[in-house]
Amino acid sequence: MHYPIGLLFDLLASSSALPWNITVHFKSFPEKDLLHCPSKDAIEAHFMSCMKEADALKHKSQVINEMQKKDHKQLWMGLQNDRFDQFWAINRKLMEYPAEENGFRYIPFRIYQTTTERPFIQKLFRPVAADGQLHTLGDLLKEVCPSAVAPEDGEKKNQVMIHGIEPMLETPLQWLSEHLSYPDNFLHISIIPQPTD
Amino acid sequence: MPLPARPLARAPGGEARLSRQPRSQRSRLRLARRRPRLPLAATMPNSVLWAVDLFGRVYTLSTAGQYWELCKDAQLEFKRVSATTQCCWGIACDNQVYVYVCASDVPIRRREEAYENQRWNPVGGFCEKLLLSDRWLWSDVSGLQHRPLDGVALPSPHWEWESDWYVDENFGGEPTEKGGWTYAIDFPATYTRDKKWNSCVRRRKWIRYRRYKSRDIWAKIPSKDDPKELPDPFNDLSVGGWEIMEEPVGRLSVWAVSLQGRVWYREDVSHSNPEGSSWSLLDTPGEVVQISCGPHDLLWATLWEGQALVREGINRSNPKGSSWSIVEPPGSENGIMHVSVGVSVVWAVTKDRKVWFRRGVNSHNPCGTSWIEMVGEMTMVNVGMNDQVWGIGCEDRAVYFRQGVTPSELSGKTWKAIVVARECDRSHSGSSSSLLSAGCFFGDEVRGSGESAPSDTDASSEIERPGPGQPLPAEPLDDSRNPTGSLASGPGAGRTTEDTVEDACPAKSGREARLDTHPGQASTLAELPWTNIDLKEPKKVPSHSAASFPETNSLSSLGILPLGLEEPYGADDHPLWAWVSAGGCAVEACAVPRWFTVQAGLSPSVQTLSLSITPAQTAAWRKQIFQQLTERTKRELENFRHYEQAVEQSVWVKTGALQWWCDWKPHKWLDVRVALEQFTGHDGARDSILFIYYVVHEEKKYIHMFLNEVTALVPVLNETKHSFALYTPERTRQRWPVRLAAATEQDMNDWLALLSLSCCESRKVQGRPSPQAIWSVTCKGDIFVSEPSLDLEAHEHPLPCDQMFWRQMGGHLRVVEANSRGVVWGLGYDHTAWVYTGGYGGGCFQGLASSTSNIYTQSDVKCVHIYENQRWNPVTGYTSRGLPTDRYMWSDASGLQECTKAGTKPPSLQWAWVSDWFVDFSVPGGTDQEGWQYASDFPASYHGSKTMKDFVRRRCWARKCKLVTSGPWLEVAPIALRDVSIIPESPSAEGSGHSIALWAISDKGDVLCRLGVSELNPAGSSWLHVGTDQPFMSISIGACYQVWAVARDGSAFYRGSVYPSQPAGDCWYHIPPPPRQRLKQVSVGQTSVYALDDNGNLWYRQGITPSYPQGSSWEHVSNNVCRVSVGPLDQVWVIASKVQGSHSLSRGTVCHRTGVQPHEPKGQGWDYGIGGGWDHISVRANATRGPRSSSQEQEPSAPPEAYGPICC
Repeated sequence: MHYPIGLLFDLLASSSALPWNITVHFKSFPEKDLLHCPSKDAIEAHFMSCMKEADALKHKSQVINEMQKKDHKQLWMGLQNDRFDQFWAINRKLMEYPAEENGFRYIPFRIYQTTTERPFIQKLFRPVAADGQLHTLGDLLKEVCPSAVAPEDGEKKNQVMIHGIEPMLETPLQWLSEHLSYPDNFLHISIIPQPTD
Repeated sequence: MPLPARPLARAPGGEARLSRQPRSQRSRLRLARRRPRLPLAATMPNSVLWAVDLFGRVYTLSTAGQYWELCKDAQLEFKRVSATTQCCWGIACDNQVYVYVCASDVPIRRREEAYENQRWNPVGGFCEKLLLSDRWLWSDVSGLQHRPLDGVALPSPHWEWESDWYVDENFGGEPTEKGGWTYAIDFPATYTRDKKWNSCVRRRKWIRYRRYKSRDIWAKIPSKDDPKELPDPFNDLSVGGWEIMEEPVGRLSVWAVSLQGRVWYREDVSHSNPEGSSWSLLDTPGEVVQISCGPHDLLWATLWEGQALVREGINRSNPKGSSWSIVEPPGSENGIMHVSVGVSVVWAVTKDRKVWFRRGVNSHNPCGTSWIEMVGEMTMVNVGMNDQVWGIGCEDRAVYFRQGVTPSELSGKTWKAIVVARECDRSHSGSSSSLLSAGCFFGDEVRGSGESAPSDTDASSEIERPGPGQPLPAEPLDDSRNPTGSLASGPGAGRTTEDTVEDACPAKSGREARLDTHPGQASTLAELPWTNIDLKEPKKVPSHSAASFPETNSLSSLGILPLGLEEPYGADDHPLWAWVSAGGCAVEACAVPRWFTVQAGLSPSVQTLSLSITPAQTAAWRKQIFQQLTERTKRELENFRHYEQAVEQSVWVKTGALQWWCDWKPHKWLDVRVALEQFTGHDGARDSILFIYYVVHEEKKYIHMFLNEVTALVPVLNETKHSFALYTPERTRQRWPVRLAAATEQDMNDWLALLSLSCCESRKVQGRPSPQAIWSVTCKGDIFVSEPSLDLEAHEHPLPCDQMFWRQMGGHLRVVEANSRGVVWGLGYDHTAWVYTGGYGGGCFQGLASSTSNIYTQSDVKCVHIYENQRWNPVTGYTSRGLPTDRYMWSDASGLQECTKAGTKPPSLQWAWVSDWFVDFSVPGGTDQEGWQYASDFPASYHGSKTMKDFVRRRCWARKCKLVTSGPWLEVAPIALRDVSIIPESPSAEGSGHSIALWAISDKGDVLCRLGVSELNPAGSSWLHVGTDQPFMSISIGACYQVWAVARDGSAFYRGSVYPSQPAGDCWYHIPPPPRQRLKQVSVGQTSVYALDDNGNLWYRQGITPSYPQGSSWEHVSNNVCRVSVGPLDQVWVIASKVQGSHSLSRGTVCHRTGVQPHEPKGQGWDYGIGGGWDHISVRANATRGPRSSSQEQEPSAPPEAYGPICC
């Protein structure tokens, strides 16, 4: 599916030996399963729509809408040309939030599980609790995907992976969103079964 | 035989270092030294809003600042202030008028002159014995007024003498014989500098300068007028009229209203006479209570009865106007109590505190048509620059800004309260001023480094330093600073990083994100429209009954409030304001200062947030994340380092539809398909070819260009086409670039950015230009940089300069000057000085080929001129009906193109009109009162007064337009410059110890020397004024501190004894220009001195030796030159005005003097480089001479590119 490659690796191949062997198919495109992007423009449009969705969650789209067309272009060109400084010069603005707030409005995240049919979980989730306490990764999982978290005393059955690492469940979600989001500004979290060995 | 130059009588006084500097400036300097990376000048021009609080204390708020600063001279309490950019007038509580002239590095000087007259008699020769019918022995220029030297007194206690009287030995650009005497047959007559047999009388001019000393303090306007006419105490006052005329510089209209309701006008107020001379009374049809004068010709007043008075007939020749008309208030029951006018707006407040906007006001109809009621209740409103509006809220006494006032929507949208605090609210310590600056400064620092942080080691090290208002960060685990490490903290980039991940950077960026408020969001609270603001009744403000009249408002408040109440307001409440004046406050609708939000770094919520991540808390999860990332990098990347990079080998293509200016006649725009093919070689280097496919006679053809051969990409914007030109060495020689046009500006910018990127990639040119770079500017204000190759200045076979590669820098300039230590200054068309920040890109290259930091907004203003032409006919006099053979009645300067007021567009789509058409009176030749210039026929030489022989006349109309772009430039406020020169230095010179000498000429012609310029602080710190006896035009400093300048009379001056230890030198030596020529520019290299005259002749100064640095004579080098730049190797580069190529002729071409040798400093010929609209070049940073070739013995045959002198 249209997942970032890093996410696909976490989700499907994190236990496989490196380097990761990928089979590239040049025919029989799985039209049923995947959205076919006929051109580079379509990919760009898809990427930008993800960004816009993320900003809609974070800032009611205010930041991305205030940007100029060339800023949007720069985001895409920066990603496309693997130029982090270009990308971040603009993306930085998307990672800001008003001083009077303690974080974004909602955290743009998606939780992927290999075990279910459902492609991913995405819900509205605020980074700060009503009492002003920062929500953590654990809080999020308990709320939207309780099956992923092991019971207090139980055996750890799942791994919670972001960018190939397992952040502690005590990590504040706002921090994760600012620092471990993918270029599309979403926090892609994979839940994979704990390796048995 | 040329006369040896003698030192002029010392022009004294001017060299004294100005010790009095504004306090805030001094403290900023201190900060500058500590943290030199961020240049000092504010990104926004620094102008101030003036306001008076209920206690009569005067405060200013800078557009770049975030606190109300108490006026430096806080001795007096005021009830009214009226500000302009250069000064502020006020009425203090003693009902006296004061003027506060802002300090500047350039003194206000006024020259006093007196003439000493003598007559020859056979006995004693010339002596002081005059005939009885003669003039006074000491007189003014006309001879009619007695003027003894000791009788010339200072006009007020606010002036001081700069020096004693001395004789002026300069006579019309020529030095006179000893003693400065000029001779004539009799008084009054024409004087000559040579004594003849029939010279019976002689005279000489004595001059003395006085200087205005009361700057940055309130100077009382002396009331020494005739006792009968002595105005009664003043009640209101308004300053404006600075746009009515340009001469004298800084002229102002100052209007005042006395308690008895009479209107007074202050005569002769200008920059050089800030106090004016006397009050004159104007008749009014009723008792006036308040008055408002706009920047231009609007003047409104309010009458006791509630009507408004409008002054009509204000113009250049009559700034006082001629008559009054009455405008009725919006409603009969509530009269007008306050008006304020701008350039073309009138705002009023009626007695019920309602705010009104007057519709339909302009120069031709100063009364307007009708009133429109606006939302909100105010005690007063004030219109500032750009017709922006400010007000004081009726109930909360806050200062409000009218948001959304644009030329198309002059009434604006909503009122927005200014929420900034007073500096005294922040800090009660003594050094509040420096703290204030520090506060602003650190606010900026957080912002600035946020932009550069991810990739900039220096910036990250800067930010590690904690400062006030910047809470300490979480303790980093790892102290190593690895710039690329921050990649890992960015979203999604973790996969690509190959470096060890460490803690410092994420900690930093996390902190930034927290400290960085987004203005748009943070301001949402304050942005609420007026009607939604929950107006809190201030506790102790006396409620103003509707009966209280405006002029008594502030007085009554002052009276009613006992002073003891002062304390409760001080700390916890917001300030309560009585009066605001925005006449000196430049705010534009597009760039509003940060006054409407509580600033980050100060808001408690921000601080708690940052503190919420304490080291203890973070340790566990943060440590774990970075540890895991490090391990992951090792696991997933480290072991695969030896894998080849999967570089794409394929061809990447961008195609599009453009238009091409075809190569054959008749030349026209052809629709073409364009494809850029980019290859990436195995070594990773890219190469590109541009194909242009066209159809001619139904045959498909194409031309192609290798981008690694392209030498320049020049945007050629005009009113209609978005086009650009591509040059190769061959095309440069042909004077025929490939011209392509895009359908939209965006499209053009995309192509330009992409092509430029490809060119730079193929030539491996990127990043900041080297300190040796050659800078140039085109006539469109575009800035180009070229990296000099080693053989560019080689003695033999230098690189032909048509092969130089030029790349564009963002920004818009008229002049750019560089020095080999990386200091680059530029001047805009509006004379604004800019300093290079070290960034690159900007402008149309934003995003792609641009540095992420050091790019700032830049704007420029210039005038477009058109001419109105008329012919005289016996019946109707001058009419706009010409002869059939005549030029257009509305034309350009040449008369060949029709240019009407309505049809003339700004020069390109980048420019927007910012004013209406106005008559330009400052054209050469002079004009009459209405701006007409007369001549016997078109085209001819025009003069300013009508004679019997004149049958045609013309006048020049101008309209200002403005461009806003971006580039690596920061403004050096506040003095506008006409010319600038930085000392050229060779890299071998041990120069890094002392500061870099930089000289400049202000737009008023003052000579200035910049102090404190260094690599780390290229903007320098302050100006040192160097006194001259006349305005100067051009200046240049050579590598050995030889300062040469050109004065407005066309003669040259040499400044003696300039050393690093004595940066301003000691005196001027006058050097006459070449015979019958007026010089306009001078350039000094290592030892060579070149000058340029008005007729395009280039002159070399002969006979310069170390012991005789003024030289002996001018030697002609070439004609056809419009700009010269001599570098540290004595290399000579010019802009030639016309150069013929094989296909076409180009104007404004870069040329390099060939054959310049130590024994032949004038060189032999010219080598032609890039051309077609180049205006300016600076080679003064290039001190690299290529290695001498071994083939010394080979006869140096004339290089193929050396043609004779340029002739056209």
